[in-house]
Amino acid sequence: MAGRTIAVAAAVGIALALFPFVITGPFPLHVMILTFLFATLGVAWNIMGGYAGMFSFGQAAFFGIGAYTSSFLLTRYGVNPWLGLVAGGGLAALTAAAIGYPCSHLRGHYFAIASIAFAEIVRTHFNNWKLIGAAEGLSIPLDTRGIAAFQFDSKTPYYFIALAFLIVALAVCWWVTNSRMGYYFRAIKESHDLAMVLGISFVRYRLWAITISAFLSAAAGTFYAQYVLYLDPESVLILSISVQVVLVAMLGGAGSLFGPVIGAAILIPLSEITRIKLGEKGTGVDLMLYGALITLISVYQPKGVWGFLSTLGASRARKQAGPP
Amino acid sequence: MTVPLLEVRGVTKKFAGLIANDDVSFSVAEGEFISIIGPNGAGKSTLFACITGFQKPNAGSIRYRGQEIAGLAADRICRLGIARTFQIVQVIGEMTALENVMTGAFLHAPRRREALRRAEEVLGVAGLADKSGFLGTALTIADKKRLEVAMALATEPKLLMLDESMAGLTKVELKEIISLLRAVRKRGVTLVIVEHVMEAVMQLSDRVIVLNSGRKILEGTPREVVTNPQVIQAYLGERYHA
Repeated sequence: MAGRTIAVAAAVGIALALFPFVITGPFPLHVMILTFLFATLGVAWNIMGGYAGMFSFGQAAFFGIGAYTSSFLLTRYGVNPWLGLVAGGGLAALTAAAIGYPCSHLRGHYFAIASIAFAEIVRTHFNNWKLIGAAEGLSIPLDTRGIAAFQFDSKTPYYFIALAFLIVALAVCWWVTNSRMGYYFRAIKESHDLAMVLGISFVRYRLWAITISAFLSAAAGTFYAQYVLYLDPESVLILSISVQVVLVAMLGGAGSLFGPVIGAAILIPLSEITRIKLGEKGTGVDLMLYGALITLISVYQPKGVWGFLSTLGASRARKQAGPP
Repeated sequence: MTVPLLEVRGVTKKFAGLIANDDVSFSVAEGEFISIIGPNGAGKSTLFACITGFQKPNAGSIRYRGQEIAGLAADRICRLGIARTFQIVQVIGEMTALENVMTGAFLHAPRRREALRRAEEVLGVAGLADKSGFLGTALTIADKKRLEVAMALATEPKLLMLDESMAGLTKVELKEIISLLRAVRKRGVTLVIVEHVMEAVMQLSDRVIVLNSGRKILEGTPREVVTNPQVIQAYLGERYHA
Protein backbone atom coordinates (compact mmCIF):
# COMPACT_ATOMS: atom_id res chain seq x y z
CA MET A 1 0.00 0.00 0.00
CA ALA A 2 2.73 2.45 1.02
CA GLY A 3 4.79 1.33 -1.95
CA ARG A 4 1.98 2.15 -4.33
CA THR A 5 1.48 5.57 -2.74
CA ILE A 6 5.18 6.35 -3.24
CA ALA A 7 4.96 5.16 -6.85
CA VAL A 8 1.95 7.40 -7.53
CA ALA A 9 3.64 10.37 -5.85
CA ALA A 10 6.83 9.82 -7.89
CA ALA A 11 4.87 9.57 -11.15
CA VAL A 12 2.92 12.77 -10.39
CA GLY A 13 6.14 14.53 -9.38
CA ILE A 14 7.96 13.57 -12.57
CA ALA A 15 4.97 14.50 -14.74
CA LEU A 16 4.70 17.92 -13.10
CA ALA A 17 8.44 18.52 -13.39
CA LEU A 18 8.48 17.64 -17.11
CA PHE A 19 5.19 19.32 -18.05
CA PRO A 20 6.58 22.79 -18.99
CA PHE A 21 9.26 21.22 -21.19
CA VAL A 22 6.91 18.89 -23.03
CA ILE A 23 3.90 21.16 -23.43
CA THR A 24 5.36 24.55 -24.23
CA GLY A 25 2.38 26.65 -25.30
CA PRO A 26 1.66 29.67 -23.10
CA PHE A 27 -2.00 28.76 -22.57
CA PRO A 28 -1.54 25.30 -21.02
CA LEU A 29 1.15 26.73 -18.76
CA HIS A 30 -1.12 29.61 -17.77
CA VAL A 31 -3.89 27.14 -16.88
CA MET A 32 -1.46 25.08 -14.81
CA ILE A 33 -0.19 28.19 -12.97
CA LEU A 34 -3.74 29.28 -12.13
CA THR A 35 -4.54 25.74 -11.04
CA PHE A 36 -1.58 25.74 -8.62
CA LEU A 37 -2.57 29.21 -7.42
CA PHE A 38 -6.16 28.23 -6.65
CA ALA A 39 -5.06 24.91 -5.20
CA THR A 40 -2.83 26.89 -2.80
CA LEU A 41 -5.75 29.17 -1.91
CA GLY A 42 -7.97 26.10 -1.51
CA VAL A 43 -5.47 24.42 0.84
CA ALA A 44 -5.28 27.66 2.85
CA TRP A 45 -9.09 27.82 3.03
CA ASN A 46 -9.21 24.17 4.01
CA ILE A 47 -7.13 24.79 7.15
CA MET A 48 -9.75 27.17 8.54
CA GLY A 49 -12.86 25.99 6.66
CA GLY A 50 -12.37 22.27 6.17
CA TYR A 51 -10.67 21.45 9.46
CA ALA A 52 -11.64 24.19 11.92
CA GLY A 53 -15.15 24.66 10.49
CA MET A 54 -14.89 28.39 9.80
CA PHE A 55 -16.62 28.75 6.45
CA SER A 56 -14.94 31.84 5.10
CA PHE A 57 -16.35 33.45 1.99
CA GLY A 58 -13.85 36.27 2.32
CA GLN A 59 -10.50 34.76 1.34
CA ALA A 60 -10.17 37.35 -1.45
CA ALA A 61 -9.50 39.93 1.28
CA PHE A 62 -6.36 38.07 2.43
CA PHE A 63 -5.34 37.36 -1.15
CA GLY A 64 -5.79 41.05 -2.01
CA ILE A 65 -4.01 42.31 1.10
CA GLY A 66 -1.02 40.14 0.16
CA ALA A 67 -1.02 41.31 -3.45
CA TYR A 68 -1.43 44.97 -2.52
CA THR A 69 1.10 45.02 0.32
CA SER A 70 4.00 43.65 -1.71
CA SER A 71 3.05 45.69 -4.79
CA PHE A 72 2.65 48.91 -2.84
CA LEU A 73 5.96 48.44 -1.03
CA LEU A 74 7.63 47.67 -4.35
CA THR A 75 6.20 50.54 -6.40
CA ARG A 76 6.49 53.13 -3.64
CA TYR A 77 9.63 52.16 -1.75
CA GLY A 78 11.32 49.68 -4.04
CA VAL A 79 11.03 46.88 -1.46
CA ASN A 80 11.92 43.47 -2.86
CA PRO A 81 8.72 41.48 -3.52
CA TRP A 82 9.98 38.49 -1.52
CA LEU A 83 10.22 40.76 1.52
CA GLY A 84 6.87 42.20 0.47
CA LEU A 85 5.47 38.69 0.52
CA VAL A 86 6.46 38.26 4.17
CA ALA A 87 5.12 41.73 5.02
CA GLY A 88 1.85 41.02 3.18
CA GLY A 89 1.48 37.66 4.90
CA GLY A 90 2.12 39.26 8.26
CA LEU A 91 -0.33 42.08 7.62
CA ALA A 92 -3.00 39.64 6.42
CA ALA A 93 -2.46 37.48 9.51
CA LEU A 94 -2.75 40.53 11.78
CA THR A 95 -5.91 41.66 10.00
CA ALA A 96 -7.29 38.14 10.27
CA ALA A 97 -6.62 38.09 14.01
CA ALA A 98 -8.18 41.54 14.46
CA ILE A 99 -11.34 40.50 12.63
CA GLY A 100 -11.32 36.91 13.87
CA TYR A 101 -11.21 37.76 17.56
CA PRO A 102 -14.56 39.59 17.74
CA CYS A 103 -16.03 36.83 15.55
CA SER A 104 -14.81 34.08 17.91
CA HIS A 105 -18.29 32.90 18.79
CA LEU A 106 -19.72 33.00 15.27
CA ARG A 107 -20.29 29.62 13.67
CA GLY A 108 -21.68 28.24 10.41
CA HIS A 109 -23.69 30.67 8.33
CA TYR A 110 -23.10 33.55 10.70
CA PHE A 111 -19.36 33.29 10.27
CA ALA A 112 -19.78 33.02 6.49
CA ILE A 113 -21.87 36.21 6.41
CA ALA A 114 -19.35 38.07 8.60
CA SER A 115 -16.51 36.98 6.28
CA ILE A 116 -18.35 38.25 3.20
CA ALA A 117 -19.02 41.57 4.92
CA PHE A 118 -15.37 41.88 5.91
CA ALA A 119 -14.10 41.15 2.39
CA GLU A 120 -16.56 43.59 0.82
CA ILE A 121 -15.49 46.31 3.26
CA VAL A 122 -11.86 45.71 2.30
CA ARG A 123 -12.74 45.83 -1.41
CA THR A 124 -14.76 49.04 -1.15
CA HIS A 125 -12.06 50.64 0.94
CA PHE A 126 -9.28 49.72 -1.50
CA ASN A 127 -11.45 50.89 -4.38
CA ASN A 128 -11.43 54.40 -2.92
CA TRP A 129 -7.99 54.54 -1.36
CA LYS A 130 -5.96 57.01 -3.44
CA LEU A 131 -2.63 56.05 -1.89
CA ILE A 132 -2.79 52.58 -3.42
CA GLY A 133 -4.24 53.69 -6.75
CA ALA A 134 -7.93 53.38 -5.82
CA ALA A 135 -9.97 51.86 -8.67
CA GLU A 136 -7.12 52.33 -11.17
CA GLY A 137 -4.95 49.90 -9.29
CA LEU A 138 -1.19 49.47 -9.29
CA SER A 139 1.17 48.61 -12.12
CA ILE A 140 4.35 46.89 -11.15
CA PRO A 141 7.29 48.42 -13.07
CA LEU A 142 9.41 46.08 -15.13
CA ASP A 143 12.60 45.11 -13.38
CA THR A 144 15.61 42.97 -14.13
CA ARG A 145 14.37 39.48 -14.75
CA GLY A 146 15.22 36.73 -12.30
CA ILE A 147 14.35 35.02 -9.09
CA ALA A 148 15.60 37.90 -6.91
CA ALA A 149 13.23 40.41 -8.52
CA PHE A 150 10.41 37.80 -8.75
CA GLN A 151 9.87 38.69 -12.44
CA PHE A 152 10.41 36.50 -15.48
CA ASP A 153 9.95 36.64 -19.26
CA SER A 154 8.79 33.07 -19.61
CA LYS A 155 5.96 31.33 -17.82
CA THR A 156 8.12 28.35 -16.87
CA PRO A 157 9.71 29.92 -13.75
CA TYR A 158 6.26 31.09 -12.61
CA TYR A 159 5.06 27.54 -13.09
CA PHE A 160 7.71 26.17 -10.75
CA ILE A 161 7.28 28.93 -8.18
CA ALA A 162 3.49 28.37 -8.12
CA LEU A 163 4.13 24.65 -7.71
CA ALA A 164 6.57 25.36 -4.88
CA PHE A 165 4.00 27.58 -3.14
CA LEU A 166 1.46 24.77 -3.38
CA ILE A 167 3.91 22.26 -1.95
CA VAL A 168 4.68 24.61 0.95
CA ALA A 169 0.95 25.11 1.62
CA LEU A 170 0.40 21.33 1.55
CA ALA A 171 3.34 20.82 3.92
CA VAL A 172 1.93 23.39 6.34
CA CYS A 173 -1.52 21.77 6.14
CA TRP A 174 -0.04 18.30 6.66
CA TRP A 175 1.97 19.47 9.64
CA VAL A 176 -1.04 21.24 11.18
CA THR A 177 -3.43 18.33 10.74
CA ASN A 178 -1.03 15.77 12.13
CA SER A 179 -0.25 17.77 15.24
CA ARG A 180 -2.29 18.63 18.29
CA MET A 181 -3.48 21.78 16.55
CA GLY A 182 -5.24 19.82 13.81
CA TYR A 183 -7.07 17.61 16.30
CA TYR A 184 -8.12 20.71 18.19
CA PHE A 185 -9.38 22.31 14.96
CA ARG A 186 -11.59 19.30 14.27
CA ALA A 187 -12.92 19.32 17.85
CA ILE A 188 -13.78 23.02 17.46
CA LYS A 189 -15.52 22.28 14.16
CA GLU A 190 -17.69 19.69 15.93
CA SER A 191 -18.69 21.89 18.88
CA HIS A 192 -17.28 24.74 20.94
CA ASP A 193 -18.75 23.23 24.11
CA LEU A 194 -17.09 19.90 23.46
CA ALA A 195 -13.77 21.62 22.69
CA MET A 196 -13.91 23.51 25.98
CA VAL A 197 -14.48 20.40 28.09
CA LEU A 198 -11.36 18.91 26.52
CA GLY A 199 -9.46 21.95 27.77
CA ILE A 200 -9.26 23.63 24.37
CA SER A 201 -9.43 27.42 24.15
CA PHE A 202 -11.50 27.66 20.98
CA VAL A 203 -10.81 31.40 20.78
CA ARG A 204 -7.06 30.82 20.62
CA TYR A 205 -7.15 27.90 18.20
CA ARG A 206 -9.62 29.59 15.87
CA LEU A 207 -7.17 32.49 15.72
CA TRP A 208 -4.39 30.08 14.80
CA ALA A 209 -6.47 28.62 11.98
CA ILE A 210 -7.47 31.98 10.56
CA THR A 211 -3.99 33.55 10.76
CA ILE A 212 -2.24 30.57 9.14
CA SER A 213 -4.87 30.56 6.40
CA ALA A 214 -4.56 34.32 5.89
CA PHE A 215 -0.77 34.19 5.66
CA LEU A 216 -0.80 31.48 2.99
CA SER A 217 -3.55 33.25 1.01
CA ALA A 218 -1.62 36.51 1.13
CA ALA A 219 1.53 34.79 -0.13
CA ALA A 220 -0.51 33.52 -3.08
CA GLY A 221 -1.62 37.14 -3.59
CA THR A 222 1.96 38.37 -3.91
CA PHE A 223 2.65 35.60 -6.40
CA TYR A 224 -0.36 36.65 -8.46
CA ALA A 225 0.70 40.31 -8.46
CA GLN A 226 4.20 39.39 -9.63
CA TYR A 227 2.74 37.08 -12.27
CA VAL A 228 0.33 39.52 -13.92
CA LEU A 229 2.31 42.66 -12.89
CA TYR A 230 -0.89 44.65 -12.53
CA LEU A 231 -3.61 44.63 -9.94
CA ASP A 232 -6.79 46.48 -9.10
CA PRO A 233 -9.62 45.71 -6.68
CA GLU A 234 -11.57 43.99 -9.46
CA SER A 235 -8.80 41.50 -10.11
CA VAL A 236 -7.88 40.46 -6.57
CA LEU A 237 -10.61 41.49 -4.13
CA ILE A 238 -13.92 40.52 -5.69
CA LEU A 239 -16.35 38.09 -4.11
CA SER A 240 -16.15 35.66 -7.03
CA ILE A 241 -12.55 34.84 -6.08
CA SER A 242 -13.66 33.97 -2.55
CA VAL A 243 -16.47 31.82 -3.94
CA GLN A 244 -14.14 30.05 -6.35
CA VAL A 245 -11.76 29.21 -3.48
CA VAL A 246 -14.61 27.65 -1.50
CA LEU A 247 -15.80 25.72 -4.56
CA VAL A 248 -12.31 24.37 -5.21
CA ALA A 249 -12.07 23.06 -1.65
CA MET A 250 -15.65 21.75 -1.43
CA LEU A 251 -15.61 20.03 -4.80
CA GLY A 252 -12.28 18.34 -4.15
CA GLY A 253 -13.07 17.50 -0.56
CA ALA A 254 -13.01 19.83 2.44
CA GLY A 255 -11.09 18.43 5.37
CA SER A 256 -8.72 16.28 3.33
CA LEU A 257 -5.14 17.20 2.46
CA PHE A 258 -5.34 16.78 -1.31
CA GLY A 259 -9.03 17.64 -1.76
CA PRO A 260 -8.46 21.27 -2.78
CA VAL A 261 -5.74 20.23 -5.24
CA ILE A 262 -8.16 17.87 -6.99
CA GLY A 263 -10.88 20.53 -6.89
CA ALA A 264 -8.58 23.10 -8.50
CA ALA A 265 -7.41 20.57 -11.10
CA ILE A 266 -11.03 20.10 -12.20
CA LEU A 267 -12.48 23.59 -11.84
CA ILE A 268 -9.71 25.88 -13.06
CA PRO A 269 -9.08 24.18 -16.44
CA LEU A 270 -12.84 23.92 -16.88
CA SER A 271 -13.27 27.62 -16.22
CA GLU A 272 -10.32 28.71 -18.39
CA ILE A 273 -11.16 26.43 -21.29
CA THR A 274 -14.83 27.40 -21.45
CA ARG A 275 -13.79 31.04 -21.20
CA ILE A 276 -11.42 30.70 -24.19
CA LYS A 277 -13.62 28.44 -26.29
CA LEU A 278 -16.86 30.33 -25.80
CA GLY A 279 -15.41 33.84 -25.50
CA GLU A 280 -17.60 36.70 -24.35
CA LYS A 281 -20.80 34.90 -25.22
CA GLY A 282 -19.82 32.05 -22.94
CA THR A 283 -19.43 34.16 -19.80
CA GLY A 284 -21.14 32.27 -17.02
CA VAL A 285 -21.06 28.88 -18.71
CA ASP A 286 -18.24 27.83 -16.39
CA LEU A 287 -20.40 28.87 -13.45
CA MET A 288 -23.28 26.74 -14.76
CA LEU A 289 -20.93 23.78 -15.02
CA TYR A 290 -19.62 24.47 -11.49
CA GLY A 291 -23.18 24.60 -10.25
CA ALA A 292 -23.98 21.24 -11.77
CA LEU A 293 -20.78 19.69 -10.38
CA ILE A 294 -21.33 21.08 -6.91
CA THR A 295 -24.91 19.83 -6.88
CA LEU A 296 -23.83 16.35 -7.95
CA ILE A 297 -21.04 16.20 -5.43
CA SER A 298 -23.10 17.47 -2.50
CA VAL A 299 -25.91 15.05 -3.24
CA TYR A 300 -23.84 11.95 -3.92
CA GLN A 301 -20.55 12.51 -2.14
CA PRO A 302 -20.48 15.34 0.43
CA LYS A 303 -16.83 14.58 1.13
CA GLY A 304 -15.92 15.68 -2.38
CA VAL A 305 -14.03 13.95 -5.17
CA TRP A 306 -11.25 13.01 -2.78
CA GLY A 307 -13.80 11.38 -0.46
CA PHE A 308 -15.17 9.47 -3.45
CA LEU A 309 -11.69 8.29 -4.47
CA SER A 310 -10.79 7.20 -0.93
CA THR A 311 -14.02 5.22 -0.55
CA LEU A 312 -13.23 3.57 -3.86
CA GLY A 313 -9.69 2.76 -2.73
CA ALA A 314 -10.82 1.55 0.68
CA SER A 315 -13.49 -0.77 -0.64
CA ARG A 316 -11.07 -2.20 -3.20
CA ALA A 317 -8.50 -2.91 -0.54
CA ARG A 318 -11.23 -4.24 1.78
CA LYS A 319 -9.26 -2.53 4.43
CA GLN A 320 -10.85 -1.83 7.76
CA ALA A 321 -11.10 1.82 8.67
CA GLY A 322 -8.33 2.80 11.02
CA PRO A 323 -6.70 5.96 12.30
CA PRO A 324 -4.34 7.60 9.81
CA MET B 1 -8.03 19.82 58.45
CA THR B 2 -7.62 19.12 54.75
CA VAL B 3 -9.08 21.31 52.05
CA PRO B 4 -11.93 19.53 50.23
CA LEU B 5 -11.40 18.87 46.51
CA LEU B 6 -14.57 20.77 45.67
CA GLU B 7 -16.45 23.12 47.92
CA VAL B 8 -19.71 24.66 46.79
CA ARG B 9 -21.05 27.40 49.10
CA GLY B 10 -24.38 29.17 48.72
CA VAL B 11 -24.53 28.89 44.95
CA THR B 12 -27.54 30.69 43.49
CA LYS B 13 -28.31 30.89 39.80
CA LYS B 14 -31.28 32.80 38.42
CA PHE B 15 -32.62 32.88 34.90
CA ALA B 16 -35.11 35.69 34.16
CA GLY B 17 -37.47 35.19 37.07
CA LEU B 18 -36.65 31.52 37.60
CA ILE B 19 -34.38 30.40 40.40
CA ALA B 20 -32.56 27.33 39.08
CA ASN B 21 -30.18 26.97 42.03
CA ASP B 22 -31.07 28.43 45.39
CA ASP B 23 -28.31 28.65 48.00
CA VAL B 24 -26.83 25.22 47.27
CA SER B 25 -23.90 24.08 49.38
CA PHE B 26 -21.97 20.84 49.55
CA SER B 27 -18.42 19.63 49.51
CA VAL B 28 -16.60 16.73 47.94
CA ALA B 29 -13.50 15.09 49.41
CA GLU B 30 -10.81 13.59 47.24
CA GLY B 31 -11.64 10.02 46.20
CA GLU B 32 -15.37 10.28 46.91
CA PHE B 33 -18.23 9.23 44.66
CA ILE B 34 -21.16 11.63 44.90
CA SER B 35 -24.48 11.38 43.09
CA ILE B 36 -26.81 14.31 42.62
CA ILE B 37 -30.42 13.28 42.15
CA GLY B 38 -33.72 15.07 41.90
CA PRO B 39 -36.76 15.36 39.67
CA ASN B 40 -36.59 17.02 36.26
CA GLY B 41 -36.12 20.76 36.59
CA ALA B 42 -34.56 20.47 40.05
CA GLY B 43 -31.48 22.39 38.90
CA LYS B 44 -28.99 19.55 38.62
CA SER B 45 -27.69 20.44 35.19
CA THR B 46 -27.50 24.14 36.09
CA LEU B 47 -25.42 23.26 39.12
CA PHE B 48 -23.13 21.23 36.84
CA ALA B 49 -22.94 24.15 34.44
CA CYS B 50 -21.94 26.52 37.25
CA ILE B 51 -19.19 24.21 38.51
CA THR B 52 -17.77 23.52 35.03
CA GLY B 53 -17.76 27.11 33.78
CA PHE B 54 -20.75 27.04 31.44
CA GLN B 55 -22.74 29.35 33.72
CA LYS B 56 -21.66 32.00 36.15
CA PRO B 57 -23.55 31.81 39.45
CA ASN B 58 -25.29 35.00 40.64
CA ALA B 59 -24.10 34.40 44.17
CA GLY B 60 -22.00 31.96 46.15
CA SER B 61 -18.57 30.48 45.77
CA ILE B 62 -17.16 27.39 44.14
CA ARG B 63 -13.72 26.41 45.30
CA TYR B 64 -11.62 23.73 43.71
CA ARG B 65 -8.64 22.74 45.88
CA GLY B 66 -9.12 26.03 47.67
CA GLN B 67 -9.13 28.13 44.50
CA GLU B 68 -12.21 30.13 43.50
CA ILE B 69 -13.37 28.91 40.08
CA ALA B 70 -16.88 30.39 39.78
CA GLY B 71 -17.03 32.32 36.51
CA LEU B 72 -13.81 30.95 35.01
CA ALA B 73 -13.99 29.82 31.37
CA ALA B 74 -14.87 26.16 30.84
CA ASP B 75 -11.58 25.32 29.12
CA ARG B 76 -9.59 26.80 32.01
CA ILE B 77 -11.58 24.76 34.50
CA CYS B 78 -10.79 21.64 32.47
CA ARG B 79 -7.09 22.51 32.51
CA LEU B 80 -7.30 22.82 36.32
CA GLY B 81 -8.49 19.21 36.48
CA ILE B 82 -12.29 19.10 36.27
CA ALA B 83 -13.68 17.17 33.30
CA ARG B 84 -17.31 16.66 32.38
CA THR B 85 -19.65 14.98 29.95
CA PHE B 86 -22.94 16.25 28.58
CA GLN B 87 -26.51 15.15 29.11
CA ILE B 88 -26.84 14.92 25.33
CA VAL B 89 -23.81 12.87 24.35
CA GLN B 90 -21.13 14.76 22.38
CA VAL B 91 -18.28 13.14 20.48
CA ILE B 92 -16.41 14.24 17.35
CA GLY B 93 -18.36 12.54 14.59
CA GLU B 94 -15.74 12.78 11.85
CA MET B 95 -13.01 11.28 14.01
CA THR B 96 -12.38 7.69 14.95
CA ALA B 97 -12.88 6.65 18.57
CA LEU B 98 -9.11 6.62 19.05
CA GLU B 99 -8.69 10.12 17.58
CA ASN B 100 -11.50 11.37 19.81
CA VAL B 101 -9.65 10.17 22.89
CA MET B 102 -6.33 11.50 21.54
CA THR B 103 -7.90 14.95 21.33
CA GLY B 104 -8.46 14.75 25.07
CA ALA B 105 -5.02 13.26 25.73
CA PHE B 106 -3.27 16.12 23.91
CA LEU B 107 -4.01 18.37 26.90
CA HIS B 108 -1.13 16.84 28.86
CA ALA B 109 0.71 15.09 26.03
CA PRO B 110 1.38 17.66 23.29
CA ARG B 111 3.35 15.14 21.22
CA ARG B 112 1.27 12.95 18.95
CA ARG B 113 3.06 9.69 19.77
CA GLU B 114 2.57 10.12 23.51
CA ALA B 115 -1.07 11.21 23.07
CA LEU B 116 -1.66 8.10 20.95
CA ARG B 117 -0.13 5.85 23.60
CA ARG B 118 -2.24 7.36 26.38
CA ALA B 119 -5.39 7.29 24.26
CA GLU B 120 -4.95 3.60 23.52
CA GLU B 121 -4.58 2.90 27.22
CA VAL B 122 -7.71 4.89 28.16
CA LEU B 123 -9.70 3.35 25.32
CA GLY B 124 -8.81 -0.05 26.77
CA VAL B 125 -10.05 1.00 30.22
CA ALA B 126 -13.32 2.13 28.62
CA GLY B 127 -13.67 -1.25 26.92
CA LEU B 128 -13.58 0.29 23.46
CA ALA B 129 -10.24 -1.08 22.23
CA ASP B 130 -11.96 -3.16 19.53
CA LYS B 131 -13.85 -0.08 18.31
CA SER B 132 -10.84 2.25 18.11
CA GLY B 133 -11.09 2.58 14.32
CA PHE B 134 -14.83 3.32 14.26
CA LEU B 135 -15.93 6.84 13.39
CA GLY B 136 -17.76 8.72 16.14
CA THR B 137 -20.92 8.80 14.04
CA ALA B 138 -20.83 5.00 13.58
CA LEU B 139 -20.97 4.19 17.31
CA THR B 140 -24.08 3.17 19.25
CA ILE B 141 -25.40 5.52 21.94
CA ALA B 142 -23.96 3.29 24.65
CA ASP B 143 -20.53 3.27 23.00
CA LYS B 144 -20.69 7.04 22.45
CA LYS B 145 -21.38 7.51 26.16
CA ARG B 146 -18.41 5.39 27.10
CA LEU B 147 -16.31 7.18 24.52
CA GLU B 148 -17.29 10.50 26.03
CA VAL B 149 -16.16 9.25 29.45
CA ALA B 150 -12.90 8.07 27.87
CA MET B 151 -12.33 11.49 26.25
CA ALA B 152 -12.91 13.21 29.58
CA LEU B 153 -10.63 10.72 31.31
CA ALA B 154 -7.89 11.35 28.76
CA THR B 155 -7.63 14.96 29.99
CA GLU B 156 -6.44 13.39 33.28
CA PRO B 157 -8.94 15.02 35.61
CA LYS B 158 -8.89 14.94 39.40
CA LEU B 159 -12.64 15.38 39.36
CA LEU B 160 -14.91 13.86 36.74
CA MET B 161 -18.49 15.06 36.44
CA LEU B 162 -20.95 12.98 34.43
CA ASP B 163 -24.35 14.28 33.43
CA GLU B 164 -26.74 11.35 33.02
CA SER B 165 -24.33 8.99 31.35
CA MET B 166 -26.64 6.02 31.98
CA ALA B 167 -29.97 7.26 30.70
CA GLY B 168 -31.57 5.02 28.11
CA LEU B 169 -29.13 2.13 28.37
CA THR B 170 -30.00 -1.58 28.40
CA LYS B 171 -29.26 -3.75 31.45
CA VAL B 172 -26.06 -5.06 29.88
CA GLU B 173 -24.89 -1.61 28.85
CA LEU B 174 -25.66 -0.33 32.32
CA LYS B 175 -23.49 -3.05 33.87
CA GLU B 176 -20.66 -2.10 31.54
CA ILE B 177 -20.75 1.57 32.43
CA ILE B 178 -21.02 0.81 36.15
CA SER B 179 -17.89 -1.31 35.96
CA LEU B 180 -16.21 1.44 33.94
CA LEU B 181 -16.99 3.99 36.64
CA ARG B 182 -15.60 1.62 39.26
CA ALA B 183 -12.41 1.35 37.21
CA VAL B 184 -12.27 5.15 36.90
CA ARG B 185 -12.56 5.46 40.64
CA LYS B 186 -9.73 2.96 41.14
CA ARG B 187 -7.52 5.32 39.14
CA GLY B 188 -7.97 7.84 41.92
CA VAL B 189 -10.49 10.04 40.13
CA THR B 190 -13.19 11.68 42.24
CA LEU B 191 -16.65 11.44 40.68
CA VAL B 192 -19.71 13.63 40.89
CA ILE B 193 -22.58 12.42 38.76
CA VAL B 194 -26.10 13.53 37.98
CA GLU B 195 -28.15 10.41 37.57
CA HIS B 196 -31.71 9.18 37.40
CA VAL B 197 -30.88 5.48 37.32
CA MET B 198 -31.28 4.64 41.03
CA GLU B 199 -29.86 1.17 40.61
CA ALA B 200 -26.50 2.69 39.69
CA VAL B 201 -26.73 5.47 42.27
CA MET B 202 -27.33 2.91 45.03
CA GLN B 203 -24.40 0.75 43.97
CA LEU B 204 -21.82 3.41 43.34
CA SER B 205 -22.32 6.41 45.61
CA ASP B 206 -20.73 7.20 48.94
CA ARG B 207 -23.11 10.07 49.37
CA VAL B 208 -26.21 11.29 47.58
CA ILE B 209 -27.33 14.90 47.30
CA VAL B 210 -31.01 15.50 46.58
CA LEU B 211 -32.14 18.67 44.82
CA ASN B 212 -35.72 19.80 44.47
CA SER B 213 -36.89 23.08 42.94
CA GLY B 214 -33.35 24.41 42.99
CA ARG B 215 -32.71 23.70 46.66
CA LYS B 216 -30.74 20.97 48.35
CA ILE B 217 -33.28 19.10 50.43
CA LEU B 218 -31.13 16.29 51.71
CA GLU B 219 -27.67 14.80 51.75
CA GLY B 220 -26.79 11.37 53.03
CA THR B 221 -25.82 7.80 52.26
CA PRO B 222 -27.81 6.09 49.51
CA ARG B 223 -29.74 4.12 52.13
CA GLU B 224 -30.63 7.23 54.15
CA VAL B 225 -31.82 8.98 51.03
CA VAL B 226 -34.14 6.31 49.68
CA THR B 227 -35.78 5.83 53.06
CA ASN B 228 -36.32 9.52 53.73
CA PRO B 229 -40.03 10.43 53.51
CA GLN B 230 -39.30 13.92 52.14
CA VAL B 231 -37.31 12.44 49.26
CA ILE B 232 -39.89 9.78 48.56
CA GLN B 233 -42.53 12.45 48.35
CA ALA B 234 -40.47 14.84 46.21
CA TYR B 235 -38.98 12.47 43.80
CA LEU B 236 -39.04 8.77 44.35
CA GLY B 237 -42.70 8.52 45.16
CA GLU B 238 -43.93 7.82 41.69
CA ARG B 239 -41.35 5.09 41.13
CA TYR B 240 -41.17 3.40 44.53
CA HIS B 241 -44.78 3.70 45.62
CA ALA B 242 -46.46 2.68 42.42
